[in-house]
Amino acid sequence: MSDTAMEPGQGGAAPLPASYDMSEVGDWIALLKPRVMTLVVFSGLVGMLVAPGALAMHPVLAGTAILCIAVAAGAAGAINMWYDRDIDAVMRRTARRPIPDGRIQPNAALAFGVMLSVASVTLMWLATNLVAAGVLALSIAFYVFVYTMWLKRRTPQNIVIGGAAGAFPPVIGWAAVTGDVTLVPVLLFAIIFAWTPPHFWALSLWAHDDYARAGVPMLPVTDGARRTRRHILAYTVLLAPLGLAPWAVGFASGAYAVVAAALGALFLRHALAVLRDAQDAEGRSLTRDAPAKACFRFSLTYLFVLFAALAADRLVFGP
Amino acid sequence: MTPEERALFEKRRRARNIAILLVLVALSVLFYFIGMARLLRA
Repeated sequence: MSDTAMEPGQGGAAPLPASYDMSEVGDWIALLKPRVMTLVVFSGLVGMLVAPGALAMHPVLAGTAILCIAVAAGAAGAINMWYDRDIDAVMRRTARRPIPDGRIQPNAALAFGVMLSVASVTLMWLATNLVAAGVLALSIAFYVFVYTMWLKRRTPQNIVIGGAAGAFPPVIGWAAVTGDVTLVPVLLFAIIFAWTPPHFWALSLWAHDDYARAGVPMLPVTDGARRTRRHILAYTVLLAPLGLAPWAVGFASGAYAVVAAALGALFLRHALAVLRDAQDAEGRSLTRDAPAKACFRFSLTYLFVLFAALAADRLVFGP
Repeated sequence: MTPEERALFEKRRRARNIAILLVLVALSVLFYFIGMARLLRA
């Protein structure tokens, strides 16, 4: 946008009161998907807290690493919104986003996302180490190129493989402290990786009309609700024991194992409720997907409580 | 461009300038503290 085209004095308008309107700044912040950022920041913070030597890390460097994880997630989200602006425009849930609503130009959003990506990776390298910066760059590239551009519109397994992008933050947090990637951060990665499909498929059960309208091949659109319910249960069966893995490898105490087992059992109960929901002949819910909505809400609680329990366990019982 | 549109444009431009200024100041402060932290650690 050229400012020179609107110099004062042109058009004969009188000077107007100088004030400012922050709504545009709010639109730029909305491009960063702040709600998604919350979970990313939290899991990255836990990855840092449980890493050996975390408490000896300088708080400015630790804070910068968290900032970089948050900004990188936002940057990837902005590029995602740039690429997906056509399907966002036809989905009820996303039609009011800044790009489809015309409040931000697509190319400006792309430039914003690329600039923040480069800045976050560079800053991570300056503040911590090359391994953390490398994994951070990998997570952005995975989300943009593998999930957004390659898988999302092509396969119902989009969020299974693409879910890896959201599983990187604890690995990045760990690497920021230690400078390496060992078994424990890989286990945390695996937990989020297995958690992502039941979380998103529960959402897609009641939002599948939106996805169908946009032509996004989510599992309920391509394979139907009944099969999606079975897949949710299958991945929850995989997730429940994975939650216990930090205890199984001797990294967490029995107290964590009790919490993880209870959370896994509750998640399984929700997944079973989704499977047994009253359905029509095509597997569509007759209860307005109440169990799927409860399962989606619980999945968020599950991850927050599980990771908080691990961080608390390490701070209390750790070396 | 009507006076109302121009007023809105100027308000938004001012907000954008303030936001960019704040980000630049915050980054400068952050780089200073990162530099200090790394020097102290070394």
